[in-house]
Amino acid sequence: MDSFIQQLINGITLGGIYALIALGYTMVYGVIQLINFAHGEFFAAGGYVGVIFLSFFTGLGYMETHPIFCLTASFALAMMYCAYLAIGVEKIAYKPLRKEARLAALLSALGVSIFLSNGLMLTQGVYDKAYPSELFQGGFSFGIITIGYLQVLIVCLTGALLVALNLLVFKTKIGMAMRATAQDKTMSALVAIGSNKIISLTFGIGAGLAAAAGIMVGLYYGSVRYDMGFLPGIKAFSAAVLGGIGNITGAMLGGLIIGMVEIFGAGYISGEYKDVFAFIILIGVLYFKPTGIMGENIDDTRV
Amino acid sequence: MIQEFKKIWKQYAITMLWLLGLLWPLLGIHPDGTISFKQTITVWLYILSGTFICFIIYIINSSGNLKFFTEPVVNTSEKLNNMVQNMPSWIWKSVLLIGAVLYPLLTGRYPTDVAINVLLYICLGLGLYVVAGLAGMLDLGHIAFYGVGAYTYAILNVRYGIGFWVCFPLAGLSACIAGCIVGYPTLRMRGDYLAIVTLGFGEIVRIILNNWMSLTNGPNGILGVKTIGILRPVMENGFSFEIFWVKKLEYFYYFALVLAILTIIAVTRINFSRIGRALEAIREDETAAELMGVNTFYYKLLAYAMGAVFAGFAGALFAARMKFVSPESFTFLESVMVLSMVVLGGMSSIPGIILGVIALIVLPEVFRELESYRMLVFGLTMIIMMLFRPSGLIAAKRKKMMEKKS
Amino acid sequence: MSAQPILELKNVHSGYGSIKALRDVSLKIYPGEVVAIIGANGAGKSTTLMTICGIVPLEKGDIFYNGVSVKNIAPEKLPPLGLCQVPEGRRIFPRLTVEENLILGAFYRNDKPEIQRDIEHVYSLFPVLGERNRQKGGTLSGGEQQMLAIGRALMTKPKVLLLDEPSLGLAPIIIHQIFDIIADINKNQETTILLVEQNANLALQAATRGYVLETGQITLEDKASSLLHNPEIRKAYLGE
Repeated sequence: MDSFIQQLINGITLGGIYALIALGYTMVYGVIQLINFAHGEFFAAGGYVGVIFLSFFTGLGYMETHPIFCLTASFALAMMYCAYLAIGVEKIAYKPLRKEARLAALLSALGVSIFLSNGLMLTQGVYDKAYPSELFQGGFSFGIITIGYLQVLIVCLTGALLVALNLLVFKTKIGMAMRATAQDKTMSALVAIGSNKIISLTFGIGAGLAAAAGIMVGLYYGSVRYDMGFLPGIKAFSAAVLGGIGNITGAMLGGLIIGMVEIFGAGYISGEYKDVFAFIILIGVLYFKPTGIMGENIDDTRV
Repeated sequence: MIQEFKKIWKQYAITMLWLLGLLWPLLGIHPDGTISFKQTITVWLYILSGTFICFIIYIINSSGNLKFFTEPVVNTSEKLNNMVQNMPSWIWKSVLLIGAVLYPLLTGRYPTDVAINVLLYICLGLGLYVVAGLAGMLDLGHIAFYGVGAYTYAILNVRYGIGFWVCFPLAGLSACIAGCIVGYPTLRMRGDYLAIVTLGFGEIVRIILNNWMSLTNGPNGILGVKTIGILRPVMENGFSFEIFWVKKLEYFYYFALVLAILTIIAVTRINFSRIGRALEAIREDETAAELMGVNTFYYKLLAYAMGAVFAGFAGALFAARMKFVSPESFTFLESVMVLSMVVLGGMSSIPGIILGVIALIVLPEVFRELESYRMLVFGLTMIIMMLFRPSGLIAAKRKKMMEKKS
Repeated sequence: MSAQPILELKNVHSGYGSIKALRDVSLKIYPGEVVAIIGANGAGKSTTLMTICGIVPLEKGDIFYNGVSVKNIAPEKLPPLGLCQVPEGRRIFPRLTVEENLILGAFYRNDKPEIQRDIEHVYSLFPVLGERNRQKGGTLSGGEQQMLAIGRALMTKPKVLLLDEPSLGLAPIIIHQIFDIIADINKNQETTILLVEQNANLALQAATRGYVLETGQITLEDKASSLLHNPEIRKAYLGE
């Protein structure tokens, strides 16, 4: 039982991270019907920029005097960096292809993904890059169960970001415009919503969330690697599809499910096959509900 | 016109500044708390000068000042094209065939090696063409069937000593079964849901290959796979047969060539058959096809199975040639490569796909000198190709005919 | 009638790639008018409106709004200038609520109290929308959707309102209601209206002037009442 609760906490931590990444996939898909394969690289880039700034602050010695400031600044800078990266990528590699067949943009996205991960490798090296390790040692103990301070931070921050996003999308005019653009771009233009701006915004927000997830993963596992974007990327994409692609609440739910399945699968069945469970759940759910848990029927757009 | 140029230059300048902003945090902020600009600026200036040259060429070309150079090239290629089209098809087909047969004799070991790769990927690409090009199902895990085929042969051969010719159909069969396993639950899904499920399936296969130590020897792979053996008659002590092990690369090339040609013939036949039309109907509008009496369930499964079989055969040959299989050869990136080949080839034209395969196999070989920059350049090339030829190198034949009419 | 047309199309050509939908179309619409464009299926009526709004690219010719060329202005910049369209098939945002649809009509405006007043005004024009303001747009009936589409367009404070087939697929009683409101918008809010209709009888009764569009070309232009009594028009479009 104790280990069950421990696993549950670990599952929520991981699931929250997946949910953050999945949101970028689902938002971009909702607005321009593109599987943005480069999204995993935005996540990795976030992890790297995070470690660059954290080490920089550590090197300056600020980390000991103003830890909260340094952490906040690193998160903010990494999120801004990735938003800036994603908006540029969209303008260069996706926007010219918006009127072409969907596969053209998909391949372009795959090209961007290869380009970015190799760009990270060339500038940051092939080997793991360690996060400053003295952060967040220890945690709260309840009997055998331990909740690391880091886990608390990750869960709280994830929750805050998810709530903020929900408020933005469902309560503000700009969020309304985002949903409208996703539903009908022509009509949005006829009521004075510039779809280019909304698409840029969507990419920026999605990449910013992924960057936050990147730093969290870096802090949680202690290091980042240039190809770390791939597997979490496709798992988060699975999470987005599981929840019903294009649906924001669905992506959050899907992320949590995938995270839980992975942790419990690894804990109770087999650690080696932990990556398989996520996909099996995905295939199982889609078999019974082909549009995902919260998805509405999408039209029959084909490749 | 001048306004347009101004706009292009402005975009170029913005792009370059954007890049500078991206590079600086990666190169200029150091963990010891120092900041530098020199390295960033150097790298950026290299990129700037490189892209500047390309950009100038592009602008001169689009303003028509390169006509003295491009026009003859275009003209000759058009003439050649017309000539080829006016010739009866058997002439250029036999020219191609003779060229392909003589190829290993005329070139060295390394080009032959690359050519074998091209031929195997042609089988893979055409298999995917049946699934994605004809039936319109986005498959992001096609390489898994290749892996299933390769491992089938490797396991049967190394563990049980079964020869290539028995294993070859079995490799096709097991890939076919795998195709049905992935095909069956995905039949109800449409569009991008299918993409993620196939991707997931591909990953599942790779993870299983990686972790089932007792069967696949995990990440170390299986060593010592025997090559193809053929019986050849020996006349010396009376008439008898002896096993001849195909070890030379040239011989292998011919096996791959035969397999590729058979695949091309088979896929061409499928393309212009009842099955091909049914699959295309499903691609265009699944509901309408069903209402017209096409058994979509059956045909979609068939498409998966066929695509998988071609990949399985190619996989068995791959295992025999490498004499070694490991999960490393069957990653998502390989699936992406195969898909890129099909898309680059124009999605639904067989010659186009062959061209796409050649382009994507040969390009990285050309870039090999760039060493660690190889994949970076490859990714960039993919983006640029899509930006300039979004519908592939060669558009589909049927589409072409329609365009001519209008 | 004032001298300067509020909206003018000069020798407009446009189309979808190789298909030419409009050939040499010229229109003049003066402030305060209700102008109807009538024509058969595929004559290019909707394309005309979409070209004015910049959705379908203009190939040749020019479009002037208040004497200024708008051919290089992005579609989303037009509603703030006072040019708004209710497109064919209504195209409300199905997964947004009625109220959200209306708020988006006022997307470019930042005057919150004013927007709230305009929403109330739309509810007073179409009471049924007020009753269903929390309902998703996609769950409304056809007539209600049409009302919502018109209401949403009013939220942009249009000076010229382009209406594409407002009667399409609606019951006669609803059609009358909607046309009454269109007349009301024209009179009380001083909005110029360009109306595209297949239902020629209805359109010409509501309009002051009319154009007849045939296979992408204007073939006839006259006062609405004269068109209504033109024997050829009666034969071709009014089924006599």
